[in-house]
Amino acid sequence: MIYFDKVSKIYNANSIALKDVTVTIEHKEFVSIVGHSGAGKTTLLKMILAEERPTKGVVYFDSQNIHKLRPKMMNTIRRKIGTIFQDFKLLPNKTAFENIAFAMEVAGRPDEEISADVPHVLELVGLGNKMESFPGELSGGEKQRVAIARAIVNHPDIIMADEPTGNLDPVNAFEIIHILKKIHDLGTTVILTTHNKGVVDSVGKRVITMEDGKITRDDKHGKYSL
Amino acid sequence: MFLTNVKRILRSGLMNFWRNSFVSLSSILIMSVTLLVIGCVIFTGVTLKASLAELEKKVDINVYFMDTAPESDVLEIKKSLEALPEVLAVEYISREQAIADFKERHKDDQLTLQALEELGKNPLGATLNIKAKEPSQYAGIDKFLSGDSVIYKNGVRVIDETNFNDNKTAIERLNKIMDSARKLGLVITLVLTLLSVLITFNTIRLTIFVSREEIQVMQLVGASYKFIRGPFVVCGVLYGLVAGVITLIIFYPVTFWVRDATADFFGTINLFDYYLANFSQMFFIVIGAGVLIGALSSYLAVRRYLRL
Repeated sequence: MIYFDKVSKIYNANSIALKDVTVTIEHKEFVSIVGHSGAGKTTLLKMILAEERPTKGVVYFDSQNIHKLRPKMMNTIRRKIGTIFQDFKLLPNKTAFENIAFAMEVAGRPDEEISADVPHVLELVGLGNKMESFPGELSGGEKQRVAIARAIVNHPDIIMADEPTGNLDPVNAFEIIHILKKIHDLGTTVILTTHNKGVVDSVGKRVITMEDGKITRDDKHGKYSL
Repeated sequence: MFLTNVKRILRSGLMNFWRNSFVSLSSILIMSVTLLVIGCVIFTGVTLKASLAELEKKVDINVYFMDTAPESDVLEIKKSLEALPEVLAVEYISREQAIADFKERHKDDQLTLQALEELGKNPLGATLNIKAKEPSQYAGIDKFLSGDSVIYKNGVRVIDETNFNDNKTAIERLNKIMDSARKLGLVITLVLTLLSVLITFNTIRLTIFVSREEIQVMQLVGASYKFIRGPFVVCGVLYGLVAGVITLIIFYPVTFWVRDATADFFGTINLFDYYLANFSQMFFIVIGAGVLIGALSSYLAVRRYLRL
């Protein structure tokens, strides 16, 4: 489904984010990417969203070269990918409801569907009573749940979570991972980057370890080992 | 689908306008200043034009005829003057009219009237008062009047004198002043308008700079360019509309005050009446400029951040 073919990202001689990375992520996989800060985890995710362009190599999504797509096609692909970030990236001037509704509006879903699905998905992440709250009125854990609700509401093929637990306390962190596991069980590919050992070990699925822009390990049922 | 999208973009724009009330307020204030400048430029232009026209009206050439000149000759010259393309109007003051005017002017001056009485005949000649279409054309008319065939009829002098040379310097100076006033006015208009438009453009760019992360998030969720840009453009249009209305309201008392303050100075143009009479035109210029500047600034400013 996603294939990195000898991808390098070189900003300058002293700043190399990715070095010759070749990796395949299959349909319905749950992949954890671990590594220190600056190991290249986030760059890898940004390549899939075409937020960054590779200096060398090609990134394929369903056998299409992502960086050769027209903006319109790229938008279609982005709607197939739900993204979750460490800093949540919610729209600050929209309520929890509107943040999720926005993702549906963007996908061209009709109003009736929006007013039915948004409360449902907010219930799913345990925020049924916070629909009209603005991001500023929510705790970190709650914001991340809104972000997850936004990521899954369009039934994406892939969920990409970039350090989703980085700003959360352990209890909230495990709840978020629990939700991600549930989403994966329902048949969605999940790509998770983290440097939280507890989180990775509790998932018990494929673990890719990165160091200095290179993949150093790739274990089918891995543990956090750095 | 198209209608749904338009509805969503409009709603989102309205909501941003309302929820970012502080940002909206400051943008509206800056834009109002811009529109005020544009309006003032228009008013200044109108005042300048009216004052210059008034001054131009005051310039003329008088032709004084000999008191012996027969009326038929005077009327003949009047006719040939009127045939000149430069001439706007020729006023004929007959000898009788001239003496009547003179008596009227000196009706309290018994000594002068008595002297006139003792003279026993009308010492005044007829006069032609000529107005040209443009001040620069007086030289040509004067040239025509100084031709011998005009001054002498059948060998007898009919024209005593013309006062063009007295007015010549004044006319030439006025010509120069009006020419540079027009040029200066144009330059000032352009510079002021450009400056205020740039300031507004930068203000709106700043408000969108604040939203740059939001724009990034929208793109990551897969929003199309139109869908992201739309609400910002709607907001810009709203800034322009509100600022335009504020400007139009402010002009009402301002032109009223200016009328009273400058009535003695300009005398001719009443800005308050002008504003009311040309309100629909001012409405379209001010609101139109506001909406255009708002929409265009937003459109261009968002484009900078649409590059994922």
